Amino acid sequence: MVPLSYYLMLSAVMFFLGVLGVMLRRNAIIIFMSLELMFNAANLAFVAFALYYHSLSGQIFVFFVMTVAAAEVAVGLALIVAIFRTKHSINVDQLSSLKG
Amino acid sequence: MYFNLAPWVIIFPLIGMVVNLLVGKRLGEIGIGAIASLAAGLSFGVAVLLAFSLAAHPEAVTVQVAEWIPIYTPLGNLALSWAVRVDTLSVTMMLVVAGVGTLIHIYAIGYMHQDVRHNGDPGRFRRFFVYMNLFILAMMVLVSADNYLMTFVGWEGVGLCSYLLIGFWFEKGQDGIGNAKAAKKAFIANRVGDFGFLIAMFLIFSAFGSLRFEDIFSRAAQVAQAQPGIILAITLFMLLAVTGKSAQLPLYVWLPDAMAGPTPVSALIHAATMVTAGVYLVARSNALYSLAPVAQNTVAWVGAATALFAATIAVAQYDIKKVLAYSTISQLGFMVAAVGMGAFAAGMFHLVTHAFFKGLLFLSAGSVIQGVEHGEKHTGAAHGSAEASFDPQDMRNMGGLRSRMKVTFWVYLAGALALAGIFPLAGFFSKDEILAEAMQLNQPGVLVFLVLAAFLTAFYMGRQVFMVFFGKARSDPAAHAQENPPLMTLPLVALAVLSVIGGALNLPGVHTLETWLEHTIGGLQPAEFILPLALLALAVALLGIFLAWSLYGRSPLKHGQVDPLSKTLGPVFRGMERKWWVDEFYGKLVIGPYHALAGLLAQPVDQGVIDAAGNGLGTLTQGLSAWLRRVQTGFVRSYALAVLAGGVVILAYIIFR
Repeated sequence: MVPLSYYLMLSAVMFFLGVLGVMLRRNAIIIFMSLELMFNAANLAFVAFALYYHSLSGQIFVFFVMTVAAAEVAVGLALIVAIFRTKHSINVDQLSSLKG
Repeated sequence: MYFNLAPWVIIFPLIGMVVNLLVGKRLGEIGIGAIASLAAGLSFGVAVLLAFSLAAHPEAVTVQVAEWIPIYTPLGNLALSWAVRVDTLSVTMMLVVAGVGTLIHIYAIGYMHQDVRHNGDPGRFRRFFVYMNLFILAMMVLVSADNYLMTFVGWEGVGLCSYLLIGFWFEKGQDGIGNAKAAKKAFIANRVGDFGFLIAMFLIFSAFGSLRFEDIFSRAAQVAQAQPGIILAITLFMLLAVTGKSAQLPLYVWLPDAMAGPTPVSALIHAATMVTAGVYLVARSNALYSLAPVAQNTVAWVGAATALFAATIAVAQYDIKKVLAYSTISQLGFMVAAVGMGAFAAGMFHLVTHAFFKGLLFLSAGSVIQGVEHGEKHTGAAHGSAEASFDPQDMRNMGGLRSRMKVTFWVYLAGALALAGIFPLAGFFSKDEILAEAMQLNQPGVLVFLVLAAFLTAFYMGRQVFMVFFGKARSDPAAHAQENPPLMTLPLVALAVLSVIGGALNLPGVHTLETWLEHTIGGLQPAEFILPLALLALAVALLGIFLAWSLYGRSPLKHGQVDPLSKTLGPVFRGMERKWWVDEFYGKLVIGPYHALAGLLAQPVDQGVIDAAGNGLGTLTQGLSAWLRRVQTGFVRSYALAVLAGGVVILAYIIFR
């Protein structure tokens, strides 16, 4: 059996990649995908623990996360479309009109 | 027994006021005037019923209306109810207030009808009667109170009405602000007195633990023995209140300026009723005053000094109402001197008769003024344009009105003779009683002051009557003056009758009023009738009138002629004419430094310190926010970084805790 730490390491790496993607990329779609990566890193950690502790709640939690993520994607993509219509761009650095 | 009706002396004016306030606009002038007069009249009716009940059952009765201030603590209680105290003293005041008040209300219907048109705002007719009923209401609260705090409520209420009615034509007067200034002056001068009243009340509460008359007066002797100083302090602070409301030295300065109000106001508030509240207060607190001889002496001397001082000023005034105003101050001095000496019945007697004849004199003066104003309109129309600076109240513009205003002349004469103290009119008996009491109570100084004041009273009233009614008209408007309608002259006649027969209230030897008041004020000594003194007073009055005749009657003043007295008296006359520069002196002594202090507080202190602190705080916040707003870059990833950093910090805290 693969040790738990392997899963967790992978999960951490995925999460960190997601964070870097959100912080460094400018394309809104890519940022979105990075966000999904972070979700899935969390999901991986959940199922790994569920397996390790023989508990179902972790597995079930993952379904909830996936559902919420799906809803979030629907809203997020709609936002991106709306932004593109007004700004003709999905470069997040150009969306800085709330600058103080 | 009608004692349960007692609260209605307050409720009737309240109803009248509310009705006029709500639906007065639709009623028309007659309707408004009728409702207001009826309210005052019904109040008078209730007072009469109370008087009858008291005649049968002279003990004081207190009618509870409602609980007012219920404060019960372990340290002490302040439990006051709204209660109407019916005793011979309060009912005497109620009868005067409502009786004279009703006549003045009726007169005011006619007077204000012309006055609002003369001043160009007929819409204010209703407002006038609302204020008048409010005044009756407040005055009734003042006199019917059964504790000092309720008296104070009425005391302030009448002060408010006085302010509102002096400033009734607030946009008129000198420079368009004169009347408003006069109203303000009255209010502020009274504040000084009210401060004294408040301090006296605090002292009473600390010494007696109660503000109810019954509790205080029954324990006064006991407290006086334990702490004699506190009774003295209470009575002296109360004297300050009296000097404010009753226009005594040194706070009298507001009353002459208060003549800016319409004449019925001067008659009701500034002659007959409100200004006598101080006399009533001393009479009501007789149990305290008789325990503090020093305070009594002070009160008597303040009254006597005021009586003489104001009389000297009245001698040299030209404004018909100013003469009467100073005369009122002087007569109030008589009353205050009387109650100060302990002659409470004599003081109250003079209060009642003075309400009759001074109310009469003011109303007649109003009638004269309107007669002349009528003539002014008449001549103005005839000549195309009236003289811009014509003053219908200046006696130098009058003269010869005897033939043009017959009723006014006769009632004025009755009032003037009563005020001068000519036998057998009301003023003779009441003034003589005060003089007799001064002699009996061994106050020779006060007696001399009062006799001198009585002489001057007769002189200035003679001067006024000769200047106004005798000789030839000194201006066109006076030559075309016209008598006023019966609505105004009938109340005058009624008051004139009262002024003539008012002395019957307390004839020497019979002492009706004295016996009546004795049920409330203990230890009254009936004044003996001292024939030589009465003859002296009469002789002094006749001498005053004779002197006035020889100066102003024998050869009447011509148009533009200076006052003959100014040649005889020289600089003294100038001083009297300028009111002894008291206003100027107060201006230098009090108002000037006060303005300087206010300026100091406004510029360097308020703007320099307080505003600066506020503005500094604002600038600081602005600078801080200008620095903080740089955090908001508008880049999504910097916000994401902040979220991440926050998450890391929280995690780190949880892990390494």
